[in-house]
Amino acid sequence: MNVSSRPRLVARHIEAITGYLFLLPDLLGLLIFLIIPIAYAFFISLHDWNALSPMRWNGLDNYVKLLSDTQFWASLKITAIYTLIYVPVLYVISLGLALLVNQRLSFLRFFRTIFFVPVVLSLVVSSLMWKYIFDERAGLLNFLIGLIGIPPQAWLGSVELALPSIIIVSVWIQMGYFMVIFIAGLQDIPRDYYEAARIDGANRVQMFFWITLPLLKPTSLFVIVISLIASFQVFDQVWVMTRGGPSRATQVTAVYIYQQAFQYLNLGYGSAVAFVLFVVILGCSLIQFRLLRSTQS
Amino acid sequence: MSGIPTFTASTNKRLYRRLSNVLSYSICGVVALITATPFVWMALGSLKNATEVVEYPPTFLPRQFAWNNYVEVFTSVPFLRYIFNSFLVASTVTLVALLFHSMAAYSLARLRYPGRRILFLVIISTLMIPASITLIPTFIIVRSLGWLDTYWALIVPALFNAFGIFLLRQFYLSLPLELEEAARIDGASPAGVFLHIALPLSRPILATLAVFFWLANWNNYLWPLIVTQSPEMRVIQLGIASFAGEHSTQWQLIMASSTVAAVPGLILYVFLQNFLIEGIKMTGIK
Repeated sequence: MNVSSRPRLVARHIEAITGYLFLLPDLLGLLIFLIIPIAYAFFISLHDWNALSPMRWNGLDNYVKLLSDTQFWASLKITAIYTLIYVPVLYVISLGLALLVNQRLSFLRFFRTIFFVPVVLSLVVSSLMWKYIFDERAGLLNFLIGLIGIPPQAWLGSVELALPSIIIVSVWIQMGYFMVIFIAGLQDIPRDYYEAARIDGANRVQMFFWITLPLLKPTSLFVIVISLIASFQVFDQVWVMTRGGPSRATQVTAVYIYQQAFQYLNLGYGSAVAFVLFVVILGCSLIQFRLLRSTQS
Repeated sequence: MSGIPTFTASTNKRLYRRLSNVLSYSICGVVALITATPFVWMALGSLKNATEVVEYPPTFLPRQFAWNNYVEVFTSVPFLRYIFNSFLVASTVTLVALLFHSMAAYSLARLRYPGRRILFLVIISTLMIPASITLIPTFIIVRSLGWLDTYWALIVPALFNAFGIFLLRQFYLSLPLELEEAARIDGASPAGVFLHIALPLSRPILATLAVFFWLANWNNYLWPLIVTQSPEMRVIQLGIASFAGEHSTQWQLIMASSTVAAVPGLILYVFLQNFLIEGIKMTGIK
């Protein structure tokens, strides 16, 4: 018994060592660059630091300062408005496109191919493309609306229109991506359900609300959570198109964090704002999960 | 009584079906126009000269194709260097990350050792971490390692993301055990089984992830913005953004540089569309 179990013990040790070694690079990397940073972010937020002189302990001063910082609250409000418009619009449009393209009609595959292209672009390229179109003097958009009699708008230069303009661009960029996700979700729904409903005399609208939508719950949850988390952290498009202007009309929280930390070198304060945003994101995701899970039953 | 009502009912249905199809195609057409127009407009703008590109009302086709715009982009800034930087970073990250992820995934899927379950949960939990919270601390970590303004800062932090590990683990779990068991009986080590059996079999999913990772790194903007300073270290997205910042009214150059930056993504799309779409569908599986 003793002699024959030796090689098995060695084999199991080799397997374990291999297991740990194989896991090591990624585990170490995730630890250093993802897990530790969260704790470190909180740690930094308790200090005053400008990257040149040593850190100065500050306690919760940054958070107290946060509470009375009107620019911070304004940025949260702008981020909230952005999210409250972007997420539902994106949801409806990408679901709509998915339903449209999923029909058994010819050539729809071709359209699906086109709708998806913006996804391969970077946010910077998309933003620059649209910045040119939105240009007040030479932009295509003002020319097109001029054709139907609407006067030229400042778009990205207008305090009222800048944020909606950025939202349009964001939806344009992402709708193909979520359309594909919805198509996958739609194709998972067995056709028999629709057949049975048709026999029972249901029309397309009824089938949508009683079959499609409920069975799309997991996909919908995914789409909403992902787009929500992304919209809370939106940066690239805003920075490239407006830098947070005009007059801070598009200064979303991520832009505010960037400016505080990397332009004004208030790394401690920036970290505090980032941490608050983190808590908000986490809170919203949890609420989402609860809400959609309770409607599942 | 038997003939007429049913005849009317089915014609109605056919008419309704016809109208609905026309509506579908029309909406598709409009959306396709909205999707395609910015691309076309960017390409056209890149070929107009400095005065024509800001003309109002705008011209459609350029009067003369200003190919020299592209030359000017490459000569007025180290654009080739930007491309090289992005290419280097994207390719390195893709190769190294896939190696690490497949090793980690195989370990989590097939090898047995104490704590495997907990380690997997820890790794998966990192998926919940939003990027914005990690930017400042990672910047400080990278800085204290002396990596600022070097390729290290651009490559190393980008390697680690639990998503690839999750997908590859799913894949390895789905492989039939017999192949691996046969190899073990023949005396292969666990590492050998991974190298000669599991890894080769995972080529399709590795290819899909590769396209994804490469494109994501080519398109990356914020992190390079934070960790690089000198023009020589700029990646292409930074390059075109700073170009737009410095030559903010020279739309023809901005469009030309953006077109160049868009090319790899478009090429990948034309030839590897299926990989991309498969990859997206995989992100939906949770």
